[in-house]
Amino acid sequence: MDGFETTINILVGTIRAGTPLVFAALGELITEKAGVLNLGVEGMMLVGAVSGFIVTVLTGSPYLGILAAIAAGVLMALIFGGLTQFLLTNQVATGLALTIFGVGLSAFIGLNYIGTPIQGLQPIAIPGLSEIPVIGPLLFNHDFLIYLSIALLVLVSWFLYKTRAGLILRAVGESHDAAHAIGYSVVKIRLLAIMFGGGMGGLAGAYLSLVYTPQWAENMTAGRGWIALALVVFATWRPARVLIGAYLFGGITILSLHVQAAGDSVSSALSIIPNPVGEWILAVINSSHLLATLPYLATVVVLALISRDATKIRLNAPASLGRPFHPGA
Amino acid sequence: MLLRLEPRQFTSKRMQYASPLIAAVLTLIAGVILFSALGTNPMVALHTFFVRPLTSLYGVGEWALKATPLLLCAVGLSVGFRGNVWNIGAEGQLTMGAVCGGGIALAFWGDEGPWLLPLMLFAGILGGMAWGAIPSFLKNRFNANEILTSLMLSYVAIQILGYLVHGPWRDPEGFNFPQTRIFGDDGIMPVLIEGTRFHLGVPIALVFLVIVWVFMSWTFQGFKVQVAGQAPAAAAYAGYSRKRVVLLSFLISGGLAGLAGIAEVSGTITQLQPIISPGYGFAAIIVAFLGRLHPFGILLASLLMSLMYLGGEQLQIHLNLPLAVTGVFQGLLLFFVLGSDVLVRYRIRLVAQPKEA
Amino acid sequence: MTAAQLELTGITKQYPGVLANDHIDLAIASGEVHALLGENGAGKSTLVKMIYGVVRADEGEIRWGGEPVKITSPSQARALGIGMVFQHFNLFETLTVAENISLGIDEEHDLKQLTSEIEEISEKYGLPLNPHQHVHALSVGERQRVEIIRCLVQDPKLLIMDEPTSVLTPQEVEKLFETLRRLSSEGCSILYISHKLDEIQALCDRATVLRHGKVTATCNPKEETPKSLAEMMIGSELPVCKRTAQARDSEVRLVVRNLTIPSPDPHGTDLKSINVTVHRGEVLGIAGVAGNGQKEFLAALNGEIMAAQGRIELNGAEISKVGPTERRARGLAFVPEERLGRGAVPDMSLSNNALLTGYREDMLSNGFIRFDKVRSYATAIRERFDVRSSGIEAEARSLSGGNLQKFIMGREIMMNPQLLILGHPTWGVDVGAATTIHQEIVDLAAKGTSVVVASEDLDELFEICDSIAVIAEGRLSPVKRTSETNVEEVGLWMSGQFEAGEGEVGHAA
Repeated sequence: MDGFETTINILVGTIRAGTPLVFAALGELITEKAGVLNLGVEGMMLVGAVSGFIVTVLTGSPYLGILAAIAAGVLMALIFGGLTQFLLTNQVATGLALTIFGVGLSAFIGLNYIGTPIQGLQPIAIPGLSEIPVIGPLLFNHDFLIYLSIALLVLVSWFLYKTRAGLILRAVGESHDAAHAIGYSVVKIRLLAIMFGGGMGGLAGAYLSLVYTPQWAENMTAGRGWIALALVVFATWRPARVLIGAYLFGGITILSLHVQAAGDSVSSALSIIPNPVGEWILAVINSSHLLATLPYLATVVVLALISRDATKIRLNAPASLGRPFHPGA
Repeated sequence: MLLRLEPRQFTSKRMQYASPLIAAVLTLIAGVILFSALGTNPMVALHTFFVRPLTSLYGVGEWALKATPLLLCAVGLSVGFRGNVWNIGAEGQLTMGAVCGGGIALAFWGDEGPWLLPLMLFAGILGGMAWGAIPSFLKNRFNANEILTSLMLSYVAIQILGYLVHGPWRDPEGFNFPQTRIFGDDGIMPVLIEGTRFHLGVPIALVFLVIVWVFMSWTFQGFKVQVAGQAPAAAAYAGYSRKRVVLLSFLISGGLAGLAGIAEVSGTITQLQPIISPGYGFAAIIVAFLGRLHPFGILLASLLMSLMYLGGEQLQIHLNLPLAVTGVFQGLLLFFVLGSDVLVRYRIRLVAQPKEA
Repeated sequence: MTAAQLELTGITKQYPGVLANDHIDLAIASGEVHALLGENGAGKSTLVKMIYGVVRADEGEIRWGGEPVKITSPSQARALGIGMVFQHFNLFETLTVAENISLGIDEEHDLKQLTSEIEEISEKYGLPLNPHQHVHALSVGERQRVEIIRCLVQDPKLLIMDEPTSVLTPQEVEKLFETLRRLSSEGCSILYISHKLDEIQALCDRATVLRHGKVTATCNPKEETPKSLAEMMIGSELPVCKRTAQARDSEVRLVVRNLTIPSPDPHGTDLKSINVTVHRGEVLGIAGVAGNGQKEFLAALNGEIMAAQGRIELNGAEISKVGPTERRARGLAFVPEERLGRGAVPDMSLSNNALLTGYREDMLSNGFIRFDKVRSYATAIRERFDVRSSGIEAEARSLSGGNLQKFIMGREIMMNPQLLILGHPTWGVDVGAATTIHQEIVDLAAKGTSVVVASEDLDELFEICDSIAVIAEGRLSPVKRTSETNVEEVGLWMSGQFEAGEGEVGHAA
């Protein structure tokens, strides 16, 4: 494999690793724009992943699997929606509960499917375009879901900033009291946003279990739901930036895998770095465990950098994010 | 809509006690439905789940043992939750506590004395505190969301433990298994009740429970934490430092989680291995809420949650049901706890179609 | 008079613990400017919320143009031709004026066309406004215009205005009245809610007076006197507080020099080089329209936000570098405008709320709370300031606005402060409690405490203050003796027309 091919592989891998984050973060972005903080993304993704996987095994169709994953994500989100919107529970605690529940539930229903092989979703080469060198394999030889993620990104941007429904959604997220007084049904709009977030979370899970690593394993999301939450902050609630952030994290994940594979050549390159720093870096590279910490550490660092400007966060974050709303009060 | 929530003029004291019970009953009902759906006799299953674990002295010892890390983590977390500080990385702080305390045990392996265990516990507490201090620093200095950072750091901590037991700390005589040496005798918690594994960690946990209770109920600093949680603007007005509350919450919850970690490895596991906790740090979030964020409530809640872990094992052994049932139960329980909390501040009214104006 | 545009009969609304409206009858003819008069808590807001479909009545009938109607939502009210300008604006800060107005329109419409319509209406009714501006950049008066135009673009037959003048300068009030008179001459009915008697006499054709949820009178306000209106409203004459002799003396208590702070809140107001001096026993009023920096100025005095430049001195010692705790130790006390959530913790008992800032009164020992002292302090406040509650263990949120305010004032006053800072102390408080509060302020000053009171209510400031300054866009006007200025001058200053002053009474101006 020459260096050029490796680069293409890394970039394609980056897109694939970033795509589930795009789905999950776009869903959460809409939820948060409506003023609701749903920390249950990880749980919704897991239940989506396992549901999509099981349905694919049973029917042989990954497309039915995807639909099942979306439906499962929506159902999970409805639990959260019912509790937070009708019973006015604390959104942070309820989101945590949803994740804990999703981890347990997915492990439970997926028990007999661990290790079952499936035929995952295959790439669709776009005739003609996919043959162009470099650009072809990079942009036009992907599975259906990657194309869908880009389409959804455009759709979400258009919806938020160009449609009246998007305007209403943003208004509800900014001030639920004002929206209520003008006569919008805050609870109904928020429920819809929460359901959208759930569907997208389910879709993100399906991408993991049907495309990225076509199999089911307990806890296979490995914190991606939480990274998606961080991405929404990173993107300062703007859809286009979600894509940048998602590919950034995808890139870090893929790079750390490649660094490990390239082991020896990298260590000789590192010998010019003086010790002990060189030794430390070498220790990290030689340990799959330490390399695996990189995406999480990167998330922490990026969060700190983005949040540092409190004014910027306050200007962009939906003003009633996380605040409960009771119309009778 | 026919059901309507009506704000109560006063919070209902009665409901404050009744709502966890309502939640527990609802979870039981859900359990009956779940077991029936699985084709198991629900009565047999519930008996196996809740009663069977406690039919021997050994079982009771295990009950207390499993409740201990839950109790320690949850009591610590409850301080932060009351102050509106959301540390959900207790799992990572627990892990770092185990790593630091365990590291001491390994460092003095073969060269020990009665001072070793206290030193290990101290190192465990410090390790958890240090790991907890990171998100609080990032929050105070950079305004970074502590929910996300503390959780991310949990994944990091677990990987660090993995690295150590696979690499530098691996037992040289351990046939390449990813685990450390067994700690020396002075690095292991003494068993207090013969015929069980009930060890010194349990009473230590109870002491800390009382300390936190005194802190939250009787000290001015504890009062400040509560004000910061309930009304941040009032805390700022009165001149209470928000940053101090964030730091303090993380130090307390991190330290207690670290203690839970070292107590677990020095008491129950006696060595470091890749997995030292079945998710105590996360389950502790449920325990904290089920216990209404009150130390004594948390004591009861941790016993209930511990029973659920034991019950899950019993179900697996005797009825061949998957261990993951426990996770489902935990999630359901937390949903019901949160949902029934609404009764404390609201009254549910059956309303006929409203009379039109 | 033509047939009634809107007619209410027997409207009743019960809330837990309160009968907010008790068989209310009300009729408004088309083109009539009708006042709904009553003090805080009389049930005015509940009644109009029912007309606008936000809240539904338990009993009673609404007729619109003679036909019985059921108004179940604001959009239905708008479809009928009812518009409403709320006291607390329902605007979205991060959206533009046009988007905000668009959100209040139910029919399908084109945003571009709406924009030109907004420009047209704003021209016609003298309500200058740029539709492309974001709301967070607007002054309070401009925001009100957004609300009014939001109603006018829908060509209403009835416009409801809930306490519209509390956010305006006296000059702006005049302009608003012109707009309203013009609307009325075009046949639009106006339901005007207020507790300000002079405004109602100046503007309204008829008045319905509410007290404790019941109609106590219907009259023509122009034929009444303020005294008779007040009697209908509160059942007795308007009480006034008794001023003792000027307590102010030459000893300097508070000095603020070139205080400059960029607001920490992106939608807030920056403080620009503020200068003021307050003497022992002086009551200084800070007038101004809400959102001009009062919030920031008071928070800066309390030490919640720190000065970027300039200094603050209390009794000659600089306090600008220390936080609220240290300032309190030096004799400063503060009653903020927001009672629930800032001045008091809503879900905590009164005794715990006494501890909130009163801890210095011997309530601590070695970091532990002495609950007996806390309780006796809370009990003392409750008795001395006539706080009506079920006891000192009652939660703060269960108290009425007036009683909670008396409790918070009492907590701060009983610490014998040298300097007491007050944010709009009688906001949302009934007349009886307001008079008690005014009397406390005056008495306190007589004993030598200096008081800084910010308020949007000019009548209040002229009643209790020795001197007045105005804050506008984060700048503070010169200080004038109350006896040497008048509502017109202060009103002009409120719109920012002043040269920044030395901040001290007595210098030759």
